[in-house]
Amino acid sequence: MISPRYHREIPQRYRLEAGKCKQCGNISFPPRLVCPKCKSKSFETVQLGREGKILTFTIIRVGPDKFSKETPYVVAIIELNDGVRLTAQVSDCDVDKVAIGDKVKLVFRKIQDEGKSGLHCYGYKAVLT
Amino acid sequence: MIGIVGYGSYLPRYRIKVDLIAKQWGADTEAIKRGLMLYEKTVPGTDEDTITISVEAAKYALQRARIDPQKIGAVYIGSESHPYAVKPSATILIDALGIGPHVHVASYEFACKAGTEAMYVAYSLVKAGEMEYALGIGADTSQGAPGDALEYSASAGGSAFIMGKENVVAEILFTNSYTSDTPDFWRREHEFYPRHAGRFTGEPAYFKHIHNAGKNLLEKSGLSPKDFQFAVFHMPNGKFPQEAGKKLGFTKEQMEVGWISPWMGNTYSGSSPTGLSAILDVAKPGDKIFMVSFGSGAGSDGFIYKVTNEIDKVRDLAPKLRDMLDNDKIYLDYGEYAKFRKKIILNE
Repeated sequence: MISPRYHREIPQRYRLEAGKCKQCGNISFPPRLVCPKCKSKSFETVQLGREGKILTFTIIRVGPDKFSKETPYVVAIIELNDGVRLTAQVSDCDVDKVAIGDKVKLVFRKIQDEGKSGLHCYGYKAVLT
Repeated sequence: MIGIVGYGSYLPRYRIKVDLIAKQWGADTEAIKRGLMLYEKTVPGTDEDTITISVEAAKYALQRARIDPQKIGAVYIGSESHPYAVKPSATILIDALGIGPHVHVASYEFACKAGTEAMYVAYSLVKAGEMEYALGIGADTSQGAPGDALEYSASAGGSAFIMGKENVVAEILFTNSYTSDTPDFWRREHEFYPRHAGRFTGEPAYFKHIHNAGKNLLEKSGLSPKDFQFAVFHMPNGKFPQEAGKKLGFTKEQMEVGWISPWMGNTYSGSSPTGLSAILDVAKPGDKIFMVSFGSGAGSDGFIYKVTNEIDKVRDLAPKLRDMLDNDKIYLDYGEYAKFRKKIILNE
């Protein structure tokens, strides 16, 4: 992740800011310019709740170079209580005990480092509740 | 009335028992446990650092304070393990919690007392009328060199305190600081692990500064140890705070609730502030709390708090310290611990 892109994504990665369509109420995360449901271009910014459940997940046992020392780890599709779905790593868990339907909450964690001297990049990860 | 309007703490779930560290280095486990009064310590996850710990602790403090984050005029994080040498940790925290951008932030550093420095300045700014609320945090992922005595204690965690004038849960009645040039512990720039002067860190450093700050604080307030329900001192291990408190005239019972180091380790800047958090979780309106921190180098900050009726309204609004300390633990072996703490040399 390069620094300018990381900076642009801070409202979503740090604060879970989403776009709520003023016409039909559909919530887009990350925010969109056009509502995928009603094609409206009018949105208000809303902050998503941090609690939800695991819809499905995978266990990464052979990770990309940057995460190769973190394996095995879980990446899950999570449905938040307000209906929005997102992808996040599930941290602090025994990977063999994670199950579909497990309740989770999103917490603030370090996602990755830009090499040895670059930025620390932060964002949301899930933990089991 | 000026004081704490919201407080919160965060401890990582990972632990290592001191037995495993002692075994690794061929040390006498029972002697370590008896000498330092330490049983296990917290370990940060590979995705946790002073910033993530501060964010979680401050989030809980905001939940208890029930205030608009935009009203916070200053955020100070005290730590000896800020992830950046140049870039204040609080720049990231404010964006995570919706504070600012019209806010003053800074990173503080004073070995184990950087947290109470942040609390003291936050309190002073509110007292001066500069702002409605200010946030002071002490958090660390402290480092102990492999095989060094510090490895048994250096742990991770932190606590956050929002200072204000409305709906105060613990009024700050008196403060006092005591500082001198005492080279008992230091870390030079670019060095990974700190150095310390062994036994010199005890009597001329820890005990002298805590005793003088505490004694002056009692004199200033006109109070005596028996006027307090609780007392908490910096906890570099399990043994030192008990001795320092006893010397000032406090009993084991007064220190029991805040004495969490045997199971938490030394969270450095988050040490006595996290003990305070454990006390606030159980304190009753009217209770008085005596607190003295210590930071090598060296200095101590002392505070006297009086708990108000507001405490009963807020304590259940966020997780309690004892629950975090006692439950949902994940134990690591020494190899996993060494990997987590980046003590293993890897190829680029």
